[in-house]
Amino acid sequence: MSTESLKYLNPESQTDLKTKVFPRPGQNTTGVINWLTTIDHKKIGVMYGMAALFFLILGGVEALLIRSQLWNHNMDILSNREYNQMFTMHGTTMVFLVIMPLSAAFFNFIMPLQIGARDVAFPRINTLSLWCFIAGGLILNLSWFCTGGSPAIGWFGYAPLTDTRFAEVLGDMGPDFWIFSLQILGLASLLASFNFITTIINMRAPGMTMMRLPVFTWMTLIVSFLIILAFPAITIALVELMFDRTYGTNFYDFLEGGKPHLWQHLFWIFGHPEVYILILPAMGIISEIIPVFSRKPLFGYGLIIFSGAIIGFMGFAVWSHHMFTTGMGIVATSAFSILTMLIAIPTGVKIFNWIGTMWGGRIRFDTPMLFALGFITMFMVGGFTGIMHSSVPIDAQHQDSYFVVAHFHYVLIGGALFGLFAGFYFWLPKLTGKILSEKLGKFVFTLMFLGFNLTFFPMHYLGMIGQPRRTHSYNEGHGFETWNQIATVGAFILGVGIAVGVYQFVTAAFNKKLKPAGKNPWDARTLEWTLSSPVKEYNFARTPIIKSRDQAWENNYGDKDKHSEKEPLGDHGVHMPDRSWCPLISGIGLFVFVLGMLFRKTIEVSDNFLATPYEVAIGGCSVFILGIIMWSLEGPGGYHLFPKENEE
Amino acid sequence: MSEAAAHAIDHHEPETSTGIPNKKVLMWAFLGSDCMFFGTLISTHLIYRKISATVGGNFLDIREIFDIELTSFSTFILLASSLFMALAVSAIHKGNLTSTRWMLFGTIVFGAIFLGCQVYEFTHFVHAAGNELTLSSYRGEPHVFGSTFYVLTGTHGTHVAIGVFWLIGWLIYSFTGKMSTADAMDIECCGLYWHFVDIVWILIFPVVYLMEYAF
Repeated sequence: MSTESLKYLNPESQTDLKTKVFPRPGQNTTGVINWLTTIDHKKIGVMYGMAALFFLILGGVEALLIRSQLWNHNMDILSNREYNQMFTMHGTTMVFLVIMPLSAAFFNFIMPLQIGARDVAFPRINTLSLWCFIAGGLILNLSWFCTGGSPAIGWFGYAPLTDTRFAEVLGDMGPDFWIFSLQILGLASLLASFNFITTIINMRAPGMTMMRLPVFTWMTLIVSFLIILAFPAITIALVELMFDRTYGTNFYDFLEGGKPHLWQHLFWIFGHPEVYILILPAMGIISEIIPVFSRKPLFGYGLIIFSGAIIGFMGFAVWSHHMFTTGMGIVATSAFSILTMLIAIPTGVKIFNWIGTMWGGRIRFDTPMLFALGFITMFMVGGFTGIMHSSVPIDAQHQDSYFVVAHFHYVLIGGALFGLFAGFYFWLPKLTGKILSEKLGKFVFTLMFLGFNLTFFPMHYLGMIGQPRRTHSYNEGHGFETWNQIATVGAFILGVGIAVGVYQFVTAAFNKKLKPAGKNPWDARTLEWTLSSPVKEYNFARTPIIKSRDQAWENNYGDKDKHSEKEPLGDHGVHMPDRSWCPLISGIGLFVFVLGMLFRKTIEVSDNFLATPYEVAIGGCSVFILGIIMWSLEGPGGYHLFPKENEE
Repeated sequence: MSEAAAHAIDHHEPETSTGIPNKKVLMWAFLGSDCMFFGTLISTHLIYRKISATVGGNFLDIREIFDIELTSFSTFILLASSLFMALAVSAIHKGNLTSTRWMLFGTIVFGAIFLGCQVYEFTHFVHAAGNELTLSSYRGEPHVFGSTFYVLTGTHGTHVAIGVFWLIGWLIYSFTGKMSTADAMDIECCGLYWHFVDIVWILIFPVVYLMEYAF
């Protein structure tokens, strides 16, 4: 047998062939096609942000409907079932379609700039994550139009609420939409996280050691690890649930030997790390903001990162504190109680680090700093009630009362959302090249801070006097009315504040009255502020050589030997990867596949359509596979840019 | 914008901070995540194993349906396929196309034999007269063993099937004349995946099959 040998590493000749197989948009593409086929991490970040802000308004309207229903005793604005649907959709939307993608928007836009990279490690996978997220968001909200309407099972989807036999409406498809949208959103998060991990580990500029990474980038890394280790649990739990609902397996079916309790465990093994997935990005953002507006370096950089990692690690060992009242036994309950108390320590360490950063600093109260301070104070309130819940007897009293609603809204709005808004006010000048109106920003902060506290502080009291959560109405004579009315007024103030803020962000790029920002409007310290605003498509004309942790600050004020240097541009210039249709095609294929799978139960009504649900599913799956095959055949492609000597 | 743009293309692998290629880091991160997928499934199976052993006071012995000889054979075949995979990776690094092709082919055949055994096993279990094990019942009684068993081993089978299709893709590619040592990294990632799926089976085989005979 003769042995053929392979040619050695000379793939130059291949690429022309590949580009002929499927044409890719050129480098000067503009308009819609530019956005649909882009693989630029900055544009992907913008699309993540815009979609998430849209869902923020949607989830906010759902919240306001809930608050209107609770305005007075025995109100009838929403029916029982509509109320259940409303809080299910509000919770699912806010967690999976608002806070997570807003964090992903910042990961995408900021992280590569902070580590001195020209893009993420796998730009096309990044685009696929975006389209998966959009597909998941669409599918969740399409459930409004399906048989039975949206899911009415809570964002936790506890068994046996999801059991087909207990459905309020015959052939209820809401839970199926919920299952499939969460699966696709999980896929989006997993793909994005693999990408971010690879990027942070492998794509750092020379000299950017791990202990010189900005805290926000560190939190991106920790959150990405949390996502890839926590999401599999919910994915499998949802697969099992899907089998239960479709093929009659007995995983959570207590009539046939299954244990609904298992669902709670699997859900919270995912669900508790998810809490840290939501809050750690915001903690990273304010760790960037507070030093800038205190005119001091970050106090205890190593400790902040280490406590972030500890929080991430311990986050996997406290899930059962969501289940203290399910009767797990004394040993398990005590163990989870102790671990929950312990996890407060690294969180407290971070708070003291931020306070230590501000101590003795010359603090400037610009809008980002106001939101960051709002974060610290409001997150502390949520944290204190969290410590209360770690005590089992107290938790048993608070379980399913409005006290818990107050607790986690203090963490997720006062914490996560305030942190993300701080990030918007801080980094939008970098994105748009214009300074946002401080007056309007402070107005938004005042409205949000006032409205938020008016809404959620009374809920502590309401919970203590016994108002149950997830309950459509309450009777007269409990004394719930006054505080509920204050909460509802507060909710509308908060709603107006958020709406004005979103309007300010969305119009920032087109508002001609705003002043240009220049490179570094806040006199900030990390690497992204050495670049022009808005950032050029290649990010860094020349790869920087990093000499210190606060590189932008050192460049302006530091010793000569701490100034960053620049690698010379090679003969090939800056290599830019080509735009690609494949992620969008794969994403559409996945979307169609899921729609086909969802309607498989309603096969009898499909005579009116061109194709049966199964044919739709097979078609969608084929498009998805075709997209992946074209993807692997087209290769990264690319072209070269030659920035001028003095361009940043 | 004053950049002069040229449409020349280079494909040299960019240098990375750690020296490890990006694709490999991505694959390791994915495998770490995949551990949790199988961890969840295996835990589910172990939790239910004892709880669901009896239904309505009747002990249902799952051993009566298992064919441990066949499963041992298919386990051996899957383990052997890992050797072919390792040799394929070694061959592509050395630039030996013929050997790469044959070793890929061997891996595919052994993977397919394993899948064939699993299909036979599933069909046999569902239709075993008197001992039917379905997704929801065993011997006509409601039971959870079928649920956890089929979903766990089925997920593993799906992983093997994806691996087989991936390898078939490489085999076809090797006939286009475009395969070069530049592809060694990609085949190595494919190999990482294949070995991982193998290791998972090394865990599933004792936990799901052998343990029924021991405890």
